[in-house]
Order: sequence, then structure tokens, then C-alpha cells
Amino acid sequence: MTEVSTNKPAALALENVGKRFGSVIALQDVSMVVPQNQVTCVLGDNGAGKSTLIKILSGVHTPTEGQMYVNGEPTTFNSPREALDNGIATVYQDLATVPLMAVWRNFYLGNEPTKGFWPFRGLRTKYAKESCKGEMAQMGIDIRDPEQPVGTLSGGERQAVSIARAIHFGANVLILDEPTSALGVKQSGVVLKHIRTAAESGVSVVFITHNPHHAYLVGDNFYLLNRGRMLAEYTKDTVSREELVKAMAGGAELDALAHELGADT
Amino acid sequence: MSTTTAVDDRVATTSSLTRIMRRPEIGAFMGALVVYIFFAVVDQTGTFFSLDGTARWTDVASTYGIIAVAVAMLMIGGEFDLSSGVMIGSSGLFAGLLITEYNVGVWPAILLTFVFAAGIGFTNGWLVVTTGLPSFIVTLAMFFSLRGINLGVTKVLTDTVRVAGVDEGPDGEMRPGFESAETVFASTFTQYNFRMAVVWWIVLTIIATLVLTRTKFGNWIFAVGGDSNAARNVGVPVRRTKIMLFMYVSMSSALVGIISLMRLKSMQAGQGVTQEFIFIIAAVVGGCLLTGGYGSAIGGTIGAAIIGMAFIGIAYAQWNTDWTWLFLGLILFAAVFTNSLIRRRFQGARR
Repeated sequence: MTEVSTNKPAALALENVGKRFGSVIALQDVSMVVPQNQVTCVLGDNGAGKSTLIKILSGVHTPTEGQMYVNGEPTTFNSPREALDNGIATVYQDLATVPLMAVWRNFYLGNEPTKGFWPFRGLRTKYAKESCKGEMAQMGIDIRDPEQPVGTLSGGERQAVSIARAIHFGANVLILDEPTSALGVKQSGVVLKHIRTAAESGVSVVFITHNPHHAYLVGDNFYLLNRGRMLAEYTKDTVSREELVKAMAGGAELDALAHELGADT
Repeated sequence: MSTTTAVDDRVATTSSLTRIMRRPEIGAFMGALVVYIFFAVVDQTGTFFSLDGTARWTDVASTYGIIAVAVAMLMIGGEFDLSSGVMIGSSGLFAGLLITEYNVGVWPAILLTFVFAAGIGFTNGWLVVTTGLPSFIVTLAMFFSLRGINLGVTKVLTDTVRVAGVDEGPDGEMRPGFESAETVFASTFTQYNFRMAVVWWIVLTIIATLVLTRTKFGNWIFAVGGDSNAARNVGVPVRRTKIMLFMYVSMSSALVGIISLMRLKSMQAGQGVTQEFIFIIAAVVGGCLLTGGYGSAIGGTIGAAIIGMAFIGIAYAQWNTDWTWLFLGLILFAAVFTNSLIRRRFQGARR
């Protein structure tokens, strides 16, 4: 895989970022670095603040404290469109595709290729169908018929459509929100492979998940989020899978739970 | 990296029959054939099948079809417009009152009517996207408001419930521009007396179909109706798309209002009321889903054609025309039922 040059600024960085909703503190003092061309995993259980973190990174929320950096430049996003224009694309868990629309229409939704002059400006349907099929084939998925509705694809294939779309439209940073949580074992494997492929093709990936096994398979760096705070930070060299699983499950808490359930571990 | 393509042997390739059967309007198309043959058989006058008969039922179908196509587009975009019927009256009265009470030229009045209709459509759309209330409620409120305004304003200005004398002034002189406007909106052509409305209907169906299937905006319509959150997340201007659809529906109602005004040379204050459901029936019969995101413009046109055939066919069969409504009810149910069967059989979509 690609060597990371140390003098290149991080694709995305947060410095002491916090977010309050009224009196509720959703995130507090969160710092993280998303290096270029690496997979950065954010692990956290339900309610850890993962969603808030995604929304800050993708421009839905602006942080109430702290500073965000894009390629080393201090940046503030006021809308998801601004984040997109800065090359930060977010693939949401299930809000990424329109089920009743054809695969190729979904693929180009919002960035439709057109030709001709208004009012005769039309979609380049033939090109769109072919290039969509080609892009998907690059991700290792054969969509037989680009005209079929996305709803007929499996969950993994749908995620792949979203990922391929984000990469095709020049995303430098790809934020994936729980892409494997609703998938079976094999489908998850396919998506994890796509994540690796994306990182190798020069995209920096932020992979948000509550599954440490999945994270360990593809991640280069790991951040552990708990109750709105960054609890721990690991790199692949400094942590084993067992340690990561244990940290994620809350270490001592898990031992206590095992004891409580009367299980001998 | 691996570039091998995984071929999933559990998915059969789609045949061309399946592709045709996947079209949203296929059920309506087959239904239209059945209805056509049915009325040709029960016809007592021998004219339904002829070009004279065709001119008659396309006349009925065209004024429904012009709006049904717009309503179909709006339904694909995930919204309803219950004010589409009353808007026929509102815009006819608006143009008629401008011409008769304020001596505005016929063509400027028509132009202003389209601006007025665009404004009403914008209001509908803007209220729906900003309040987040269901369009069913917002446009129902617009329906009743306009119904009241139509009666109220007409009575205040004319002391009657109709506007008359659009063609000639009180002095008996033909109003300037009326003849040319009548030619464009309300003339007939060929010896069978096909109406100009049929031309408008066909042209608008073609344009709507091209917009829906071949443009960026058409892609957005499907997306905002199918899943407006997903659409917003990929950068589709959801609000603008919906507002423009509402404007299109109101403006198509205005076109029908002008067509009626030019034909009748007068306008009743209650014109168009209760027709809003006919447009929705046409769109649904044509394969549009009530939940949005699915359908076609040509479907609305085929739905309108079925309704036109029913209105005229029942008269030609020399049955009591009261039965028309029963027929519409049955057609609506049968069409939606077959549509959903076809969809389940050929779409294979998990929803």
C-alpha cells in the first residue's frame, strides 16, 4: 500500500472540538487526525456521539467549540454542500440511495452528466449507464442491468453504489456511517474490501462503526469514542484485535457482566 | 487491487419482456385497450370507433390529460395538489374579469393569468416545503380558499356567479386578440372537429415525458418523491424541485381554464371544482404510486384517455350517464390492483 509522507498535512483534523445542543453536551474536547490515504476508524457504542461527530465532519452541524482543519487549513462548514465542495463525501447508513430509482440514476443523482444547450439540455443516458456499470465493475460488482431499481440490490451492493459514487465524484475524504451494521457476514466482507480499495486508490476514509472486528480488518488508526469524549487512540501497530475488542466493550465492565451472567470466560 | 468481477449466479438476466412489463404505465396501457374494445363493442351508435367518435372522446380526455400529466409529475415528486380543479375556475375567472371588467387585452390577460397561476403554485409549494405539513392539507386549504374567492370576487364584480362576454365588448365589437387566442386555444381542425386542446395535450405529454426521463430535473423529480432525505444528501435542491412541480400543476390548470374560457366565452364561478380527483385518478390509473417516486407522464395521459373513453363510451352505449361515476370507481380499483400485481411480478423490488 501507499506510504504516507509525513510532511503532507492530514486530510481532516479536529482540535478540541465540542458540540452542545442546549444543555446537552453531545461531544466534548474531541481531537482526531485523519491521515491521507489511510482508513481511520471511529469506534463507539450507541450514544457515544458517533452521529454528532459525523454530522460535524460532513457539515450538517457546526461545532460549538474547537477547530476543524481540512488539509491543514482551518475550515468551518455551514452546509453539507460546502463539505462536498471540499471533497468530503458522506455515505449515510441507509439514506444514501433512492430504492425505486434505477442504479444509474442513483449513481449520478445530483451530478447528472448532460449535453446540449438549454432548453434542449438532456441527460447523457447511454454514457451514464455504461460508465456506471464500469465504475461498479471496478469495485468488483457486476450490475447486470443499470436500469434495475436500486431496491433490488442487496444491502452490500447498495453501499457499494454509494461508495463508488462518492469516489467517482472526486471525494478526497470518504465518511462511512456504519456501512456494515445492517449487513450479513459475507456482505460486510465485500464492503470492507471496498473500503480498502478506496484507501488504496488515494482516498482518506473515516470508517464509523461499533464493530471492532470489522474496524481491525481494514483500519490504520483507531479512535474510541465514549459518552461524547475521545477515550483512546491506537494505531494498527500498537494494538491487537483482542485489545481493541476489549477496549470497545468497556474492558472491566465486560468482566463484570460475564461474572453477573455466571459465564466462565 | 482486484479487478475481477463477481458474477452472482442467483440473479437471472432480465428478458426484454420483463423490461417492457416493468414500465409503470403498462397496466394502464393494457387497461386502455380493454376499455376501448369494450366501448367499441357496446356502442349503439356506431360512432365510437370512427374518427368522429375519436374526436369526441379525445376532447374530453385532453382537458383532463393536460392537468393529469402535471399531477402525475407532482405525484412522482411525492406530493398532491387538491387545488388543481378549482384552479381551472380561478384562472378562467381571473382572465375573464381582467378582459371584461378591466378592459385588459385578451393576450395580456392570458399572460397575466399564467403569472397568477404560477404564483398560486409557488404559494402551494412554498407552504408545503417550509411548513412541512402534508401537501394534502395545504392544497385542501388552498382549494377551499380559492373556491370562496372565486364566488366572492365574481359576485362583487359582476353581481352574478359568472363572467360573460369575453368575446365581444358591450358595444358588440369583437375584442382585439380574441380571435387569435381562440384559434390557439379553442379552435377545431379537420372535418371531424378535433379540438386544439388535443394538440396541447399531446405536446405537453411529450415534453413532460422528455423532461422526466431525459433531463437532470426529471431525475430530481424521481429522487425527491422516492426519498427526499437521500436526495438532499447528494445535493439535489429538494425544495426548488417541489415548488416548481406545484407551479407546473397550477399553470396547467390555468391552461385548461383559458381553453374553457375561449370555448365558452364565459366562465362559471364553480367551474372545475370536483375535477381534482379525476386528475388524481388518471395519474394513479396510469401507474403513479400514491407514495411518490414512481410513475410516468404518459401514464397520466393514458389514464385520462381511459376516463375520456368512459365518459363518451357510456353515452354512445346509450346508458344513463349517471353510471359514469360507478365505472370510474371500478376502473380506479381494477387499475391500481393490476398495477400492483404487475409490479410485484416483474419488478421484484423489495420495498
